[in-house]
Parts: sequence; C-alpha cells; structure tokens
Amino acid sequence: MMQWLKDILQPAVVAQAAAAAPRAAPPKVPATVRALPGETLAKQLALVIDLNVCVGCHACVTSCKQWNTSGSAGPLADINAYAANPTGTFFNRVQTYESGSFPQTETIHFPKSCLHCEDPPCVPVCPTGASYKRKEDGIVLVDYDKCIGCKYCAWACPYGARELDEERQVMTKCTLCVDRIYDEHLPKEDRKPACVSACPTGARLFGDVKDPDSEVSKAIRERGGYALMPEWETQPANQYLPRRITPPSTH
Amino acid sequence: MHPAFSILFFTTLAGAAQGLVVLLALSHLLGLKLSPGFASMALIVAWLLLVAGLASSFLHLGHKMRAWRAALMWRTSWMSREVIILPAFIALVALWWLALRFGYKSNWLPVLLIVGSVVLWYCTAMIYACLRFVEEWAHPLTVINFTLIGLSSGLVLGCALAAWRQDLALVQAATPAALAMTIAAWISRTLSLRRNAALRHKSTLQSATGIQAKNLTQKSMGMSAGAFNTREFFHGAKQVTLRNVKWGFVVLTFALPALMLVWALASQTTLPLLLALLIQAPGLIAERWFFFAQAKHPQNLYYQVVS
Repeated sequence: MMQWLKDILQPAVVAQAAAAAPRAAPPKVPATVRALPGETLAKQLALVIDLNVCVGCHACVTSCKQWNTSGSAGPLADINAYAANPTGTFFNRVQTYESGSFPQTETIHFPKSCLHCEDPPCVPVCPTGASYKRKEDGIVLVDYDKCIGCKYCAWACPYGARELDEERQVMTKCTLCVDRIYDEHLPKEDRKPACVSACPTGARLFGDVKDPDSEVSKAIRERGGYALMPEWETQPANQYLPRRITPPSTH
Repeated sequence: MHPAFSILFFTTLAGAAQGLVVLLALSHLLGLKLSPGFASMALIVAWLLLVAGLASSFLHLGHKMRAWRAALMWRTSWMSREVIILPAFIALVALWWLALRFGYKSNWLPVLLIVGSVVLWYCTAMIYACLRFVEEWAHPLTVINFTLIGLSSGLVLGCALAAWRQDLALVQAATPAALAMTIAAWISRTLSLRRNAALRHKSTLQSATGIQAKNLTQKSMGMSAGAFNTREFFHGAKQVTLRNVKWGFVVLTFALPALMLVWALASQTTLPLLLALLIQAPGLIAERWFFFAQAKHPQNLYYQVVS
C-alpha cells in the first residue's frame, strides 16, 4: 500500500523510520514507535552540559553542523555564508552571557540544543504527526518527509530549539545524532553525538538519564544538575551542571 | 512574535466571513424577510472571503502539497482541528447557498452553520491560547476576542452589504446588533490589552539558563549570527510603532465603526454603514498584527541581542 494512504488510515500507530536515520540501519534496531502523550519511558537519552568547563570554543557547533549537513536528510541551509548577513540552520548554538558588574564579571558560555523533553510541548501541537518522540529512547524527532513547514512546533517550544530550514522548508532540530549513535559500522567509541565527541574540555556528557548508574545520572546527582525553565513543566531530559568557584591552588 | 501577513489575512477574512454567515443564519431563523437574492449574494461574499483566507493560510506553509497531512493529528492538535473544520464550514456555506437557490427550506443548515462558526473561532483561537508559555495568548480572552471581533466585523460587513443592496429590513435589524458586538469586542480587547500590559512573565534569563546571578546580560549576538530564531520570534518594529498600531487599531476597529453605527441609527441613512466597513478593514489587520507583535516568546530570552 502507498505510504500516504497508510498514513491516512492509521495516523497514530504507523511505525515510522526517522527521516534523519539512514535507510541502511542495522536490522537489529527495531522499527521506531512513537511514544504516547504523557507516557513514561524506560529509557531517555540526553546530554548533560557542564557550564563549569565549557570554554565557548564552538567545537560542538561546528561538529554538529558538519555531521548533520552531511547526512542522508540533506544539507543544512547556509545562506550568505560569506556575506554581510549570514544565516543558516544549526541544531546547536552557543550563546555567551556576562554576569556581575565590572570589574567583577564572569563570562558564561551556554550551549543549547533540543532538550528532548519528557513532556515535549512541540509534539502534540504538530498537525501532521511529523514531530514525534521515540518510545525506545525518548529522542524527539521530525520526519522531514511529512513536515509541512507550518512552524507551529517552533512556537510551541519555549527554548527555541527548533529551526526551520530556509532551503528545505521543513522544521529541523537536534536528533541526538540518531544516525550515528546506533551505527554499528562505526567504532564503539564513536557511537555518540558529534558534539560530545568534539568537545575538547569534556563539557558534554551523553547517556541514559533513566539509568541511575549511567555517567549522566551520576553527574546530575552528584554535581547539582538542573533543568532549564522548570516553570513550564516540560521535564527537559538534557540538564546543565552549574558553575562552581574553584579556589586557586599552588603547586 | 513576528506577525506573518498570511495568518493576519486568514484570521481576519475568515473571522468576518463567519460573522456574516452567523448574521444570515440568525436572520433566517428569526424569520426576517430579506430582499430576494440578498442571502444568496451575501453567502457568495462569505464563501469568497473564506476561500481567500484558506488560500492565504496555504501561503504560510513551506510544503503546500503536503497540506492534507495537517488533518491527521486532530486528537492532539488545535491546528489540525481547524484544518478539518475550515473546509467543512466552506462546504456547508456552499450547501446552504445551493439549498436557497433550489428553494429547499431548512432550519438545520443555518443552525449547523452557527455552530460551525463558533467551533471554528474556538479552534483558531485555541491554536494560540493553548501555548501556555506565550503568556499574552494563554488566556480565555484570546478565544473571546477572536469570536467577538469576528462577529463585529461580520455584522459590519452584513450591514454594509444590506445598505448597498437597499435591504432596509436587514439594516434595521443588524445595525443595533453590529453596534452591540463592536462595543462588546472593544471591551474584551481592552481587557486583554490591560492584562497584557500588567503581565509579569514567569520566565527570566535566570530561569532560562539556571545562572542565578542578578546581573545577567548578553552583550553581543555572538558567532551564530542571524537565525530562524532571530526572525520568527521578533517583530523588529520600534516601540513607538507598536504604540501607534495599538491606538490605531482601537480607533479603527472599534471606536470609529461604533461611531458610524450610532450615526447610521440616529440619521437612518446608509452611508455611515459603508464607511464603517471601509474604516474597520485596515483596523482588523492592525489588531491582528498587534496580537502577534505583542506576544513575547520565552525563547527570546536566549537571544537578548538580535543585531
């Protein structure tokens, strides 16, 4: 049966291959199933970002761009890349803030990408079902073949994590490198998001936040991990580790 | 938020058409004697406005050929519900026009059209009102305003059409109703303006980043430069423009049309009814522009410096 006919007949239950996932995925990976609204998942992949060690080098930004612009879903837009007003699609950006007042100021680099919320407000508003949360690992994805580019999901994300690709006219966002972390053709140590591999200071941790013994769960527990905008109860899976004042030491 | 003209035209055109259909349906149910051919002509006007609105909403989409997919997620998405109700409403308007043309007398069609109008206003407004963190929108007043402004504009349009076709019975009946709806919409829109002016947003740069420093600022846009996020969520207009548009739409959408309707009632002439339509039309666009521009999306906290 034709795919669009299938979609009409059973919009909610159709198993979907992530648009970002390569067609030649290993057969061991089961077909993607969408999580139901409010469903508690056994596994939730996420990033933990340590603001105490991030130096704002943008290696995560460029490695993310490189990986995701080279994938099967097509390149990410880069408009006026070398002109006066460059603009383009990034799944991960680093903003820089200043706290305190001169001369007691601190510069804080703040990387931000999709937080893969456990209760993602962007998913239920999608009129086509192109946006969904995966049941097996909690990654929030967009099926680029179904997205109509109405931008409503971007309005429904308080974090501004979604970006409409101006060239492809579909909504894009961080996929947690879903086409990399399960790829058995890659060496085991490379099966993590490109931003995590690239970070020279180890400010980005990756793992299952539902597994209490994982590196990310331990970091959240032991180093005061927190969620962004807790006031909207989106339960972001990604968490941040706060800055700590380290007293100077002499050798 | 950045006001998109496709949505401004869609919501104002469809809103006015729904109001006009409600006027025609009510006058039919109340047994008002309309001049021959008037209902048919007015239904064509409403139908054209609705189709123009639908076409305008298409222009908003990045992938227009996939628009049919937007009907699939009606269980969770207000936009999906709207996408189903709008064509159904357009079809019902056409059906009633056909029924009138072939002399089929029915009460169920006008009743269904009134219900359909209200449901459509509700769906359209809930698209905005359901976004809990866009606090300017997340309030029942959004639904009330969409409905009342739609009724006001539809009744003003109905009065103007009746004045043009010299259907004095409808002018007599609809002018006080249009005045009442315009004043009601004026009141509810003023209430939402006052609420939004006093709004203290829940999110701050501190809650958005978790950095609990009192002085926390972004000094420059940084290396990521312009983005979808710096265009879609910022209106880019000066504060003075915003203030002028606000006063402009209050005068054009509510104050002057209400004055024209009072003039029409007092003088028993039809010229002010035509003037009311001409004055209100740009006011409606300005009102919707302001509705979007005033909404402060929490993601803007991350982009403190936009240029």
